[in-house]
Order: sequence, then structure tokens, then C-alpha cells
Amino acid sequence: MQAFLIDPFVMMYDAPLFFVEVLVSGLMSGVMYALVALGFVLIYKASGVFNFAQGAMVLFAALTFVGLWELGVNPWLSLILSALVMIGVAFSVERVVLRPLVNQDPIIFFMATIGITYFLDGFGQTIWGSEVRPLDIGIPNEPFMDFADWSGLYINKFDVFAAVVCSILVALLAGFFTKTKIGRALRAVADDHQAALSVGIPLKTIWTIVWSVAGIAGLAAGILWGSKLGVQFTLSLIAFKALPVLILGGFTSIPGAIIGGLIIGAGEKIAEVYWGEVMGGAIEDWFAYVVALIFLLFRPQGLFGEKIIERV
Amino acid sequence: MKNIMKKITIVMLIGVVFSLTGLAQAAEKIYIPLLTYTTGPYAPGGIPLDQAFRDYFKYVNATGGVNGVELEWETCEYGYNTDRGVECYERIKKSKSGNMGVAVFPLSTGVTYALLPRTQADGMVLHSMGYGRTDASDGRVFSHVFTAPMTYWSQVTAITKYIGEQMGGMNNLKGKKIALVYHNSAYGKEPIKTLEVLAEKYGFKFLKYPVNHPGLEQKSTWLKIGRQTKPDFTIIFGWGVMTQTSIKEAKAIGYPVSKIIGNWWSASENDTRPAGSASVGYKAAGFHTIGKQYPLHAGIVDKVYGAGNGSGEKSVVGEVLYNRALVNGLIFTEAIRAAQKKYGNIAINGKQLAWGYEHVNLTEARLNELGLGGFMKPLKITCANHEGANSLLIHEWDGKNWVNPSKWYSPMYDVTRPMIEASAAAYAKEKGITPRSNCN
Repeated sequence: MQAFLIDPFVMMYDAPLFFVEVLVSGLMSGVMYALVALGFVLIYKASGVFNFAQGAMVLFAALTFVGLWELGVNPWLSLILSALVMIGVAFSVERVVLRPLVNQDPIIFFMATIGITYFLDGFGQTIWGSEVRPLDIGIPNEPFMDFADWSGLYINKFDVFAAVVCSILVALLAGFFTKTKIGRALRAVADDHQAALSVGIPLKTIWTIVWSVAGIAGLAAGILWGSKLGVQFTLSLIAFKALPVLILGGFTSIPGAIIGGLIIGAGEKIAEVYWGEVMGGAIEDWFAYVVALIFLLFRPQGLFGEKIIERV
Repeated sequence: MKNIMKKITIVMLIGVVFSLTGLAQAAEKIYIPLLTYTTGPYAPGGIPLDQAFRDYFKYVNATGGVNGVELEWETCEYGYNTDRGVECYERIKKSKSGNMGVAVFPLSTGVTYALLPRTQADGMVLHSMGYGRTDASDGRVFSHVFTAPMTYWSQVTAITKYIGEQMGGMNNLKGKKIALVYHNSAYGKEPIKTLEVLAEKYGFKFLKYPVNHPGLEQKSTWLKIGRQTKPDFTIIFGWGVMTQTSIKEAKAIGYPVSKIIGNWWSASENDTRPAGSASVGYKAAGFHTIGKQYPLHAGIVDKVYGAGNGSGEKSVVGEVLYNRALVNGLIFTEAIRAAQKKYGNIAINGKQLAWGYEHVNLTEARLNELGLGGFMKPLKITCANHEGANSLLIHEWDGKNWVNPSKWYSPMYDVTRPMIEASAAAYAKEKGITPRSNCN
């Protein structure tokens, strides 16, 4: 009991600098989770569809980017071409999968996105292969040594870069949703397909736009995660790291994805470091879901999600 | 009417002759059901293994088969998923032409556990080369399972010897810390007991760090290692993305990569290349050397790739996992040859192959004859000892290639063999197996 209730806090008190390091590392990991969660939020916010294929889109986008780069295409051009490919994916998804399903129940859309997942996983590997593709975008994965020497804290350069990219993306997306006409139309579509159609909002165009934006967010996530892990099939599994973030932050809130990511990232790291050993180790994966479930009990819509009010 | 009957009889006779010839042709081949995983999270490891198996079998056939008997195989993709692995086994254990498989190489500890009773019932050899389950090395209990040339338990004893030498002698391990970062699965947990025994024996502190599948996120693990416990050496039992993530996180937290030693499934180019410059200085174990400087490799390039019949990219020939599968193929064909000495140059069956496995004797001279002199240490398998006795060496990654091979380290069989026998005896008791008494 002491090992569970007292020792972890004694450890935190005895080595406060190490605690700060664990906390900061957790927050940085959380930013990376949030980056993936953003894609889910975008599509859910604008269409009410939980896009199970977001992980597969991350993999497909990253495979396309690194594949083109390996073929000798300039990296910046590869980035643009990959973004165009993701827009092409969005067009195809809208035309082939979503359009025939207008007005169906959300569960039908959800099942359709499972189909898209398997298709993209297989199609991407068929075109680009299943080998690991190293991706070096020139950001070193090492601590700021001068800062470490001065403060005793190890802050990773790559994590800071990822946090900056994520912040820029969030700012752009938040502006897009709140300040632009299309952004407001996206939110209207999410509320009610038929109502949106009746006031002249072009549903097909809106869906294509939102899937394109989610694809481009997936490309950003794929490049950053790909530089950490190498571009390979496993990238599609990072979607599972984003799920507790979504539950906690709310499926419809972009800031919620960020705050959720930070809480999950910091929470799981602190739990693993201070309580992991006494609980047998490797608890961080399921711990994130436990935190999310506790939040579900008290705020089913998540921290920043829109409150669900249904009239009967 | 008589003429018609005569014609029908002739046609039927011709048919019978043709079918018998067909059967004879089918029976002349030795069939191997090949379980592969070239898709899914562990595909980067499965692809070169699959490529090497098929290349090697093609090479054997292109050079006259095994004493004139050709090999045939069918593949089944199981995505490193145990359920699908078992389904694949059931689907292809018999070839399309009706031949029963003689041996299966699951390439997965989970599938190996699942196939133990099935292969026993089917009279097929189960060759678990360099993966679990380790106690199957006791041939008195596991008559049809082979773990040659080495097991996980042997591996960690040899790695501990290497670490001891780096410390200036085994006595200097006292008071030191050795950590194990392992895939939180049946595979990853295999060496724990052995390391606990070694920690007791040599007085070092043994620290365990499990990592959940697939191992994408390891920050907290490496924070504990790099900033809190600071072990003198860390052994990795990883697979797939886990190993490269370990290397990168170690570097990110400032833990010296040169103090990390990967096991032989954390020792391929797929583990080091994606980690980029972070992996320079990383060390890993293997029971064979790396590269394609051997006559066997030249033969494969010439006879298989030269004929446009390669099973993948030619550049993969000689890579770590490619060579790993060659060792597997080599032991298998040597077992066939050993069996043919007793049963004649025929397409032997699984039970005859098991006898052959128990009489494999890969001497230095024989390795030279096969075009692999110096590639691995000699190997002798016996009825009681299905692991044989072998050694491993440690390579270092320089950013592009595996370099600086160490000397060969033999395992501490005095530690592992009693553990194997005790575990196998417990298994036999649990399953009601009477150990063979005629094994030496």
C-alpha cells in the first residue's frame, strides 16, 4: 500500500527536477497525440462522422510523401504533391463512399470508414511497399545540451519543433472554423445534413473540403511521427493513441484536442514512471483510457465538447 | 461392343498410368508450408525472412535438389497474427498436390506455442529457430520441436558474458545494473527467468522495463532508464518498430547508445536505419555473420537472381534477417540429408525428418563445403539436445553497416540446460507426456 500511496509522492518530492522532466516529456508526447486527434475532430465537427480511417490516412499521406521524395522529387514539391493526393483521396471518398450514404445513421458512416481504413492500408502498401522508410526532416532528436547543462532538464529539440508545428496548425484551423464562411458552413453541416442542404449549403463540397483538410492534417502528423518512427505500417496504429485524447477533449473541439492531448500525455507518463513498477509496468497505454473513461462518467461530451441536448 | 469395351479399358489404363506417374512425381518432392508475414506492423522483419527462404529453396532446386529430391512450398500470409498463423498452418499443411508438409517455421513465438500439439499430431517438425519456446530444446519431451542453433535463454547468458568482459571480468558485474527493455509478450518475457538467475549468480541488479505492442511510445521507459536508474548496460528484446523507437528515445534522453545491446531480433538494418544517426554505436547479437561475402550467397545471386527468379530485391541478399533465414534453411536441408542417409534418397516424411534433425552435424568442414565457412559456428544436434551447441557474436552499427564483429561467445549451458530440463519436465507432467528414455 505504501508503494502505491506514499512512495511515488516521496519520489516526486525527493527529485523535483526529474518530476518536471517527466511532466514536460509527457506534455510534448501529448502534443504529438493531439496532432493525430485533430484529423478526427475536423471530420467529426463538420460531418458528425467518426472517421476510423484517420490513422490509415496518416500512414497513406506519409508513405506518399516519403515515396515521392525517394523517387527524387524535391521534398517541398513532394509535400505539395502529397497534399494534392490527400485532396484526391477526399474527392474519391466523398464520391464513392459518402455521397451514396447521405442521411444514413452515423453508425453506417462509421462502418464505411472502417472499410476505407483497410483499403488505404492495403493500397498504400501495394503502391509503396511494406518496408520501413527512414524519414529525416533535419530536426535532431536530441536534447538542448546547453539548456540541459544549465538547468539539468533534458528538453528534446524534435518535441519542441512538433509543438510549434502543432500550435501553428491549431491556430490556422481555429481561424478557419470561426472566421471563414466555409468554416461556419462546416459546422452547420455537422448539426443536420438536411437542414444544411435546405439553406443552400453544398454538402458534397463541404465534405470534400473537410476530408481534404483532415488529410492534410494527417500529412503533418504522418511526417512528424514518421520522422520519429520511420514511415511504416505501424503509423496507422497511432490512431489508438488519439482516442483517449478525443474522449477527454471532446470530439468537436480543436482546443479540446490539444488540452486533451496534454492531459493524457502528462498523465500517462507520470503514471508510468511513478506507479508503473508497483503495477507491473507498461501501464501507460491502458492508463490513458482509464483517465478518459473517468472523464466520460462526469462529462460525456468531453472537456470542451458541445453538450448533447436531445428534445423528446 | 467388344471394341468399345477394349477402347474404354485402354483409356482407363492410360489414365491410371498417368495418375500413378503424377502421384509419383508429387511424392518425389519435399513439401514445406511457409508461414509468412509481409504485411502489417511486423512486415519489415517478415519480408527479408520470406525472401531468403524462397531464394534458398529455389537455389537448392536449381542445384539439383537435396540428393536429387526437389523442394516445393506454398506460402500463407498471416500478418504476424497468431490466430491467422494457426489458420494458415491448417490451410497449407498439405500441398495442392496432396503432399503433407515435413516441417514448419512459424517465425513467431506465439504461433510456435499454438502449433505445438498440431504439428505433433500431424507428424511434422516444428523448427523454432532462435525464438520460443526455449524448453522445447529438451528432445526427450519435445520429440518433434527443434530450437537450433540457439535459444533466448542461451542468448542472454552469452550477452551477459560479453557485458562481463566489457566490465573487465565477470566478477566486476557485482553491484552493477543490467536492464532489460522487452516486448510485453510471450517472446519478450522469455529471458527474464534466466537473467534473474544470472543476477543472483553474479550479484548484479536486474531491472525490467516492459513495452506494450507495438512500442510506439517509450518516453517514460527511457526517462526511467536514462535519468533515474542509469543501468550500466541495457539489453533490448524488441521486434518491429519497438527497437528503433528504443534507440531514438535513448538518444533523446542522453543515455549512451553504445551501452545498449539488442537481441538477435533487434539486430537488423530495419532497426537501425530508421533511427538514423541516433543508432551509431548501437550493438546487437547474432548467431551468424552479416554480408554476402560467402560462396553460398554468390551461388544464390548467380543461380536465382541471375535467372531472373529472385524473390525480392537483390540488395537484400546478405542483410541480417536474410542471413538468419539462410541458417534456418541450411539446418533444414542438412536434416534432410541426414535422414536420407538412413532412409535413402527419397522424399522423406516429417517423422523421418525429425530423425534427420537429431543427427545434424554441421562441422567447420561441412560449412566450408556448403560455401559458408566462418558464417556461423559448428552445430551438432542430438536426440536429447534439440538446441545443439552454438555461439553468438556482437556487431556494432556505424551508421551504414554492421561492423566490428566481436569474438564468438558461447552460452552458459551449465546455467540454461538444467532450467530447460526442469521446465520441460514440468511441461511433460502437465501434459502427461512420458519423456523418451532412449535419448543420449
